[in-house]
Amino acid sequence: MSEYLLLLLSTALVNNVVLVKFLGLCPFMGISKKMDTALSMGLATTFVITFTTAGAWLLEHWLLMPLGIQYLRILTYILAIAAVVQFTEMVIRKVAPALYQVLGIYLPLITTNCAVLGLPLLNVQEKSGFAVSLMVGFGSSVGFTLVLVLFAGLRERIALATVSATFAGAPIAFITAGLLALAFMGFAGLVPH
Amino acid sequence: MIAALTSLTILGVVLGLILGVAARVFRVEGNKLAEEVLGILPGSQCGQCGFPGCAGAAQALAEGRAPVTLCPPGGRAVVLALAAKLGKDADMADVKESVPMIAEVKEEICIGCTRCFKVCPTDAIMGAAQQIHSVFREACTACGKCEEVCPTESIKLQPIPVTLQSWYWHKPLATGSAA
Amino acid sequence: MKLFNLRGGVHPEGRKDLSADIPVRVLPLPKLLFVPLQQHIGAPATPVVNVGDHVLKGQLIAAAQGTVSSAIHAPTSGVIVGLGDHAAPHPSGLPVPTITLESDGNDAWITTETVTDPFALSAEDIAARVAAAGIVGLGGATFPAALKLNLSRNSGVQTLIMNGGECEPYLTCDDRIMRERALEIVEGIRLIALAVAAKEVLVGIEDNKPEAIAAMQSAVKGSEVKVVAMPSMYPMGSEKQIIQVLTGKEIPAGGRPADIGVLVHNVATAFAVQQAIRYSRPLLSRIVTVSGGAIKAACNVEALVGTPVQELIDFAGGYSQPAARLVLGGPMMGQQFSNTNVPVVKGTSGVLALTSQEIGQAEASPCIRCSTCVRACPVGLLPLEMAAHIRISNLAGAVTLGLKDCISCGSCSYVCPAHIPLVHYFNYAKGDLATQERAKLKQEATKKLAEARNERIARIERERAEAAAKRKAARAAKEAAAAAAKAEVV
Repeated sequence: MSEYLLLLLSTALVNNVVLVKFLGLCPFMGISKKMDTALSMGLATTFVITFTTAGAWLLEHWLLMPLGIQYLRILTYILAIAAVVQFTEMVIRKVAPALYQVLGIYLPLITTNCAVLGLPLLNVQEKSGFAVSLMVGFGSSVGFTLVLVLFAGLRERIALATVSATFAGAPIAFITAGLLALAFMGFAGLVPH
Repeated sequence: MIAALTSLTILGVVLGLILGVAARVFRVEGNKLAEEVLGILPGSQCGQCGFPGCAGAAQALAEGRAPVTLCPPGGRAVVLALAAKLGKDADMADVKESVPMIAEVKEEICIGCTRCFKVCPTDAIMGAAQQIHSVFREACTACGKCEEVCPTESIKLQPIPVTLQSWYWHKPLATGSAA
Repeated sequence: MKLFNLRGGVHPEGRKDLSADIPVRVLPLPKLLFVPLQQHIGAPATPVVNVGDHVLKGQLIAAAQGTVSSAIHAPTSGVIVGLGDHAAPHPSGLPVPTITLESDGNDAWITTETVTDPFALSAEDIAARVAAAGIVGLGGATFPAALKLNLSRNSGVQTLIMNGGECEPYLTCDDRIMRERALEIVEGIRLIALAVAAKEVLVGIEDNKPEAIAAMQSAVKGSEVKVVAMPSMYPMGSEKQIIQVLTGKEIPAGGRPADIGVLVHNVATAFAVQQAIRYSRPLLSRIVTVSGGAIKAACNVEALVGTPVQELIDFAGGYSQPAARLVLGGPMMGQQFSNTNVPVVKGTSGVLALTSQEIGQAEASPCIRCSTCVRACPVGLLPLEMAAHIRISNLAGAVTLGLKDCISCGSCSYVCPAHIPLVHYFNYAKGDLATQERAKLKQEATKKLAEARNERIARIERERAEAAAKRKAARAAKEAAAAAAKAEVV
């Protein structure tokens, strides 16, 4: 049990998918102006990543491996990811039309979020078991949601400040993202050497 | 080769089937968002936004085809409400009518033709044939329909005069202040 | 008596010694009086006189209209010379409907009756007489006093608090009235207590007015009224703060004192009530402090409602040096104005002419987040955060932070080391929100109208179509009958 908790902590904080591995930066900059939309985006992505890591493991071990067609890995993964994203989109459109409008293009773009494809690929590389894969997927997406919400909170504060014209808008956001990444480096200290 | 083809085809078909079922289950009846947006719009069907009536405008807004600043009679309040609903940034600079307006009848040249009160979407004009018409300020949305039909240019949109009740302090100028 | 602690607050220099020790003098009768129809919160009064009418002092010239409104009486005898617009005693200086009265110099009263035992009157009777006298809260809020009495009687009052705080610098009008007319005030207080059946009556006076406290203490001897000295602090004279310091109770956000069984009235209102009940004299004049560094001889004057402010300034000897800012009311919450032809109204507590040194205006510089304003805020808000949200036009964010609980006391602006006009931001935001609220209400109303019209048009069309169908059917039946008859004939 403690092993899984450790896994969760490690993927969410120490090896944070956005700020340490630099995956999924597109929504990180795109959907981080408001805290509540950032949280919704984070939850949608968490849903997608958790399902695709599980689905990808199953495809890998039950389909690709037995048939020896691992060279089609990326193709099949994308297929699975696209299906899950499509499904999420339908659900959100039905349940929260306003949110659907707000997330806009970023919702279908979860498909191309490199974190979503990257995590199953990393799992294959690490030769992880099903439970570990699932945990890695879930932990990483929780980490994604966490930094997305944190960053949105920071940007809400920046909106209140007077930023000099040179840095106003995206530049100050990038600088803030950098500082946040530096802060997350501190979590590396959790790992005993 | 055959295995790869068939397996991928089967995978595709299975996923497609699942999505097909999901699409049925989660089908959106009409456009819920458009209905909610319609609730925000003034409902006077004035057509100033360029869409046929408020329902058309709501549809366009819901699909993101129109800016939230499209509704002149709604003024700033509607812009803000729409921006909040659609999660867009309201750019106040785009609100053309920064000064709230109201229709006013120039009594000297009103000929009592009744055209204006026939087109008024909110029944804000009172009058009868050969009588001078007048405007109920509380009901006028400044849609400008009356102005268009008036043959003598007697009815015109004017800025609402500021009263003691509506006056308030202007926003402080942010000269070097970063409050 | 145990006093309770207060959050925040500031200690501006009092400057009350300029006018505190000079007895109140009555201003000579002005030639023209400008009496605005709205000197109170609520609906403006409706004039009941016409141009050319001769009126007596105390005669009703404008009647209250609706529930929240107040009557207005002729401040002196004379002729009504105008029913029109005159500049309002307000920062905007906008013209407002005003009755102009030319005094005939006789100052002749209407016949008034004297009530020998006012304490025999019923609570309803007292409230009705207060309403008829056109009394409003003289502390500055100008809420119709009778309405407050009625509302409080219905909701039940535990504690009646008489506000003698007068925490605004410069102002000494309440100080003087307590020193000079303590007996009348106490009678007025007891009448108010009778009208609302209050169980406890407290008079709160700041301890920087020892003479007023002494005068009131000797006047309340033998009655149930208790005089309490409170520490001097701004804004002690604010309704919420005086309640908190005397009772330890806090008004819930968005609530009224009545919600916690408290009623607050100003001491000057008590005097007006006493005059109205015992002598049937309506509220025609008030004591106004004329002060400030630019005034030659600061003093308190009893001025008739409608007197142009210039007359008061002249009476105080005019300016000793150029005034950088003219203010109606106190320097913290008062309204600045420029046109000295505006009239004194029921809510005018002071006329201040301040020098540039006194207003100490400086260019605003960036916020350094020192949070001095947070410590000064008597309501416990975050002025710096609210102003930051308002600056980027995020009014909703400011409301979340409690903008609607702001009492606009100006403590934050007073202490801000960066001279940020914080309270100006809040007043702007409140005005803007009120405008939006009005627009929303109007839009809802017009939407209903539009729907009603659409329905009506649809109904008319339907009826027309039905009538047409009916006519067609009738004609068809007729033709058929004719054809049948023809066939029979054949």
